[in-house]
Amino acid sequence: MLIEAPPEGGTSRRGFVLRTLRHRPAAVIGTTILVLVAVGAILAPLIAPYGLHEQVGPVFGRPSWSHPLGLDDGGIDMLTLLMWGARVSLVVGFAATFVSMAIGGAIGVLAGYFGGWVDTVLMRITDYFLVIPDVPLMIVVAAIWGPSLFHIIIVIGILLWTSTARVIRAQVKSVRERVYVKRARALGAGHARIVLKHVLPQVAPLLIANTVLTVAVAIFDETALSFLGLGDPSTTSLGKVIENAFQRAAISAGAWWAIVWPGVLVTLIILGCSLVGGALEDALNPRLRVAHLGARTFRLRPLVGRGQEAL
Amino acid sequence: MRGADYVLKRITFAIVTVFVAVSLNFVLFRLAPGTAVSNLARVPHATPQLRHALEVQFGLDKSKGAQYVIYLKQLVHGNLGISFENEQPVSKNLRIDLINTLPMVTLGTLFSILIGTLTGVIAAWRRGTPTEAATVSSALGFYAMPTQWLGLMLIVIFAGTLPTGGMTNEFLLNPGFWQHLRDLGSHILLPALTLGLTLYGEYTLIVRSAMLETLGEDYILTARAKGLRPWAIVRKHALRNAMLPITTLVALSLGYVVAGAILIEIVFSWPGVGRAVYLAVQERDYPMLQGAFLLLTISVVICNLIADLLYFKLDPRITE
Repeated sequence: MLIEAPPEGGTSRRGFVLRTLRHRPAAVIGTTILVLVAVGAILAPLIAPYGLHEQVGPVFGRPSWSHPLGLDDGGIDMLTLLMWGARVSLVVGFAATFVSMAIGGAIGVLAGYFGGWVDTVLMRITDYFLVIPDVPLMIVVAAIWGPSLFHIIIVIGILLWTSTARVIRAQVKSVRERVYVKRARALGAGHARIVLKHVLPQVAPLLIANTVLTVAVAIFDETALSFLGLGDPSTTSLGKVIENAFQRAAISAGAWWAIVWPGVLVTLIILGCSLVGGALEDALNPRLRVAHLGARTFRLRPLVGRGQEAL
Repeated sequence: MRGADYVLKRITFAIVTVFVAVSLNFVLFRLAPGTAVSNLARVPHATPQLRHALEVQFGLDKSKGAQYVIYLKQLVHGNLGISFENEQPVSKNLRIDLINTLPMVTLGTLFSILIGTLTGVIAAWRRGTPTEAATVSSALGFYAMPTQWLGLMLIVIFAGTLPTGGMTNEFLLNPGFWQHLRDLGSHILLPALTLGLTLYGEYTLIVRSAMLETLGEDYILTARAKGLRPWAIVRKHALRNAMLPITTLVALSLGYVVAGAILIEIVFSWPGVGRAVYLAVQERDYPMLQGAFLLLTISVVICNLIADLLYFKLDPRITE
């Protein structure tokens, strides 16, 4: 049993994502966390125990049976606050990621597929943006544009695309040289058809892995911007809940519950995204499955994989 | 000489990146609508003379193109305008802030590299054991925590035992050198630890996968066949080669160091560049925000250049 058998379903990429999510423990845990949080966030209007702006108890009320997570500085139920906060944070995370995927994916595919001067120009731009630190630039743009949820989404989205563009470009470059793509071209397929039907499906798992990881970064950045007072003052995101607790000195008031739970929730969401994204990336990179040290994991590199790489 | 081209290329790249950042800065602030943002001379409570001097210095009555040229010239001379807040030159404010930030950030980064490398090597070495599971999951856990929140948690835990705000104890009058150093050391511990803890997780994962990749190489198999001790294999054969990707990735994550520093300095009231960014945002002190952004960007670019050159020195295979 030296060589790990390929997972069921052969090497087809279809269903690769689902298969990985089912077979890797890290991915299972991550998916569970994300699904639970998402359900709570989506159903917030239906299952949240109290109203979002409703004072239901004393300021910084202790956790009790009717308020298991305590109350915040306005006497609002923390559990309710967290459900609505997760809703906003998830929307920001996914919307910003969508923007960055669209930009990064397009740039990556264009650069990788066409090569030549297109590649050079696009990658140069990417290189510059990759070096310039994201968060200060986000702060500057958000400070000039003024605080609003839409601005936050756009700001995060247009600054996060660089790593996606690079990852996708590398993959597209290798896919482009494969025999079936060359055959498709010889059969007279246009650029659009080759990209959409032959290149994108191959790159899709990587794009999904990257998306999940980007969502984590976007949510993290949202909490950072909110903490600097650049969040939308009229919405409740998890970053805003943390900022509010900090500004209202929840710690010196001894109300640890006002600040611990929102942070735990953000940590869980980011953790869930990292686990899922990491598992997908891991599954896409078979080189990491081999290690020559350690008796329990001693394995030879699968010869099958090597043969394919050589082709 | 080997790779003179490479060195030259990297330096050119760094210079061009700085230029891009500088221009971006101009576009963001001077072309933005609203005079409060674009007019550096609108220092509140300033005398007409100061206002006029600034207008002349930055050529604010001229066209945008001419303003750009003047802006570059002033920048070369280190003139970033006057802070709206304390009416001091921005460059002077930032110099003080930078001196305060550097020790905290350096210590924090050292913490993270140290913890990250150690746990990463252990995780790769003990692959498939509970040790690996424990190191990787704690790394992921710390990586997932919002920086400002982790800082606040450390305050909750250590309040009473360690100072949780500021850089020095203001009630310590005329401290001796050692006393001052000890005071500073106790204040720097929590912010630096926060930075170290939020950053190390990423390094653990990078070191682990780099180590796993080298552990899969044939020369490790040979070393094992020769009967070398596992520790010798890890240290002399695997880690040395794994250091290469680690160097680049540490450089790439410098942006996160900067982001972390901003959030941590807010939480711990550390009077550095990050806190300057925060205060500038709060007070809408645009010249200060501009200057801090430039300073942060240029430092990241320079650190990146250093990492690139280091990489070049570490890997003799690079000839490009």
